[in-house]
Amino acid sequence: MTTQRASARRKQALAAAAVVAGLLTTAACGGGSDSTSEAGYDAANNKVVNAAATKGGTLKFAGAQDGDSWDTTRSYYGFAWNFMRYYSRQLVTYKTEPGRAGAGLQPDLATDLGKVTDGGRTYTFTLRAGSTWEDGRPITAKDVKYGIERQWAQDVLSGGPVYLKDILDPDGAYPGPYQDESADKLGLKAIETPDDTTIVFRLPQPNSDFPQMLAMPSASPVRQDKDTKSKYGLHPFSSGPYKFESYEPGKSLELVRNTQWKEASDPVRKAYPDTVAVTFFSNANDLDQRLIAGDYDLDLSQTGLSPQGRQTALKQHKGNLDNPVSGYVRYAAFPQNVKPFDNEHCRKAVIHGADHVSLQTARGGPVAGGDIGTNMLPGSIPGNEGQKYDPYAIAGADKSGNIAKAKEELAACGKPNGFDTTIAVRNNKPVEVATAQSLQASLKKIGINAQIDQYDGAQTSGIVGSPANVEKKGYGIVIDGWAADFPSVQGFGRPLWDGKYVLESANNNYALIKDPAIDELFDAYAKELDEGTKARMATQINHKVMEGGYYLPFTYEKYLNWRSGRLTNVYMTDAYNGYDFVNLGLKPSK
Amino acid sequence: MTAPLHEPTAKAPPSAEAAPSAAGESAAVDGNTKSVQGRSLGRIAWERLKRDRLALAGGGVILALVVIALLAPVITNLVGQDPDAFHEDTIDALFGTPKGSLGGISGDHLLGVEPVNGRDVFARILYGARISLLVGFLSALVAVVLGTILGILAGFFGGWVDAAISRVMDGLLAFPQLLFIIALVSVMPNDLLGMTGSSVRVFVMILVIGFFGWPYIGRVVRGQTLSLREREYVEAARSLGAGRFHILFKELLPNLVAPIVVYTTMMIPTNILTEAALSFLGVGVKPPTASWGQMLSNAIDYYDSDPMYMIVPGLAIFITVLAFNLFGDGVRDALDPKGSR
Repeated sequence: MTTQRASARRKQALAAAAVVAGLLTTAACGGGSDSTSEAGYDAANNKVVNAAATKGGTLKFAGAQDGDSWDTTRSYYGFAWNFMRYYSRQLVTYKTEPGRAGAGLQPDLATDLGKVTDGGRTYTFTLRAGSTWEDGRPITAKDVKYGIERQWAQDVLSGGPVYLKDILDPDGAYPGPYQDESADKLGLKAIETPDDTTIVFRLPQPNSDFPQMLAMPSASPVRQDKDTKSKYGLHPFSSGPYKFESYEPGKSLELVRNTQWKEASDPVRKAYPDTVAVTFFSNANDLDQRLIAGDYDLDLSQTGLSPQGRQTALKQHKGNLDNPVSGYVRYAAFPQNVKPFDNEHCRKAVIHGADHVSLQTARGGPVAGGDIGTNMLPGSIPGNEGQKYDPYAIAGADKSGNIAKAKEELAACGKPNGFDTTIAVRNNKPVEVATAQSLQASLKKIGINAQIDQYDGAQTSGIVGSPANVEKKGYGIVIDGWAADFPSVQGFGRPLWDGKYVLESANNNYALIKDPAIDELFDAYAKELDEGTKARMATQINHKVMEGGYYLPFTYEKYLNWRSGRLTNVYMTDAYNGYDFVNLGLKPSK
Repeated sequence: MTAPLHEPTAKAPPSAEAAPSAAGESAAVDGNTKSVQGRSLGRIAWERLKRDRLALAGGGVILALVVIALLAPVITNLVGQDPDAFHEDTIDALFGTPKGSLGGISGDHLLGVEPVNGRDVFARILYGARISLLVGFLSALVAVVLGTILGILAGFFGGWVDAAISRVMDGLLAFPQLLFIIALVSVMPNDLLGMTGSSVRVFVMILVIGFFGWPYIGRVVRGQTLSLREREYVEAARSLGAGRFHILFKELLPNLVAPIVVYTTMMIPTNILTEAALSFLGVGVKPPTASWGQMLSNAIDYYDSDPMYMIVPGLAIFITVLAFNLFGDGVRDALDPKGSR
């Protein structure tokens, strides 16, 4: 209520200001209303809309959900990583370019992408001169090391990715900075800081995706004297162009310019708006209406409009919409510890029996749901073949299901009359349940009677993430989705397909794939430094996974993303599968 | 509300104050000259009910609903629809809403189709009636059986029996039953006593709704029993050496039939609403079983783009509950001549 009243007052103020401006100036105002865009439908997908370098204004985000944490070490939300570039810098970061180029790396705090020596075991970076904290002190190599060391303090700072921890200290020898007995708390042996501008990483085993892991916000510098441990997320100390002005969890967040930040020291960030404001909503429909009304510029979560807002926006403001891929593959996994899914023919029976068009419709159709998924590697991962690799004719001849083939597989599995099983699906999204019902309906036609079990989506790691529980409950089909932490087959598929990643809880290898050939390919991939060979290996891994019939892919998810007409420099980037927040600007207000 | 002290039937003529008044009233209204003696309470009530058009209409609707629910498979077969069959050809792939106006109403789909999957709404409404009525009736039955037995025992025996049962009733009435049911459903196994899927949920809903409903009837029965047990005809039966069992079930129970019937007719629509609420909250029957509450819940996302999908199950619930309430009101008026209208 209060926000609505405030908005009404603001509108009155704007109207009054407009009248005054009209009286003072004789020049006619051009352009349409604030919220309409001339750029057109899907214009920011792969190119820049409204390129401009105008500074000033308040960039207004609307979020349906607060970040899991604004502490650079503790977040696992893609939109939070995207947003963190406003107030944090990394040694390397993603290029500020549209589309696939945006997933490439470029130096940020470092002067280059690092010198790789010792067969991929040593990475040396030199820090750029002139980079400073929000109090004006220079950012040193020790600050970077301390920021990375915080990943080891999982007991205090849980929630974020721990790739660097796993790669640099696979045996867990270092206790973390809070239990570090050395005086400077920089006891981690794998990172050396010979001087303030040099940082050296020594990897026990080479990993060709190491620079990708350094580009995550969890590799940002943190200053030891400003580390408030578990409270750091309430007010992170800024190394970027903006700093925290105010933050009320679940209500609002406001960033203002960091006056100590110097544009010359930063090759990435342009810092166009004066203020970056986020308002959190509890109701997604309310949020969509306010976006469409022009009260806000874009959605913070970058998950797309809800069905209701989708309708209005497509019919009335199509030019404000982009239709990008979300980076998610939506799929069903077949846990092999649940009979009869230990038999590949029974798994393949489900793949052949499913009506893939119906599944696509259940997920929202080709626009709001996405293209039919034919294999498990999404389009942003090097080595993917898109819909061209379709071993089960999922988007081709058998897109509405092939009952004859499914029956053949059932016979080969020893279950010619079908069987009973249970589909596990999260209960918090109607689209998930609709997917399960679609699968249930098409499986009925081949004699597979599937019950739908809806589980609490907040409990995923203990319910479908526990193979013992999956076996106990008889979840033969688990509906889920996955997006890459960083754009590589390792960042996408290793937790899903590598036999070494099967865990007793918080498991993501739902299908319990333990294929030595796949594991070996992942090991070889990690050692390989040539990008072309890496891409070929990614293709091979994908083929092995599909040939095993462990997964039924549904869609390469797409969504409808709202872009206000006020925004400049708008483009989608493959790095975050959303608008690149860091260089958004605003048209000068009239 | 029901303070009615229903008079003993022909079986127990001794009470003299009220019987003539009831008979006299009906005789006066009837205006017939036949003997007013020997007409049972049920007969009198039926005469009154027959004159209450609203109640009769409610009763007619209930009867029709029961027939529809029982014949759901036959009717859907006749119109050639299956409640669980998908018809994606009727759906606009861009928006997920039905093609055509009014939620896709057509000759094939009399009440339109569901968004996204195109299931026939008419067939699902018919099958949904089965769940609503089954849960409504059977949970009321559970509540009536429990409430009558425990209420009559509490009222008749008094003392510690009454104290114990009354405290249990107070406790249950204060219990947050909806939250309890939600919690219970989430920990329930998939298979129970040889049942699977939706049958388990229906079974548990009937038991739990019934269990939490019995104190409402129990209190009324207890109160009635308390006043009836001091009546002369009970005294008479006791002095003639009748056993407790005889007094409880032959003397008292017949005189409790009226309030029990009234409360039952009032309880059924409440239970139907509870079932709808549970299905709405996602702890009712499992998909693909059709349920009105679940349809309403799904319709939220389409309130603007496909309002018919919300209106149809909403109307179904509304009509059903209204019919039961009108009928229940009529029954109460018919059985309770002193009740004010």
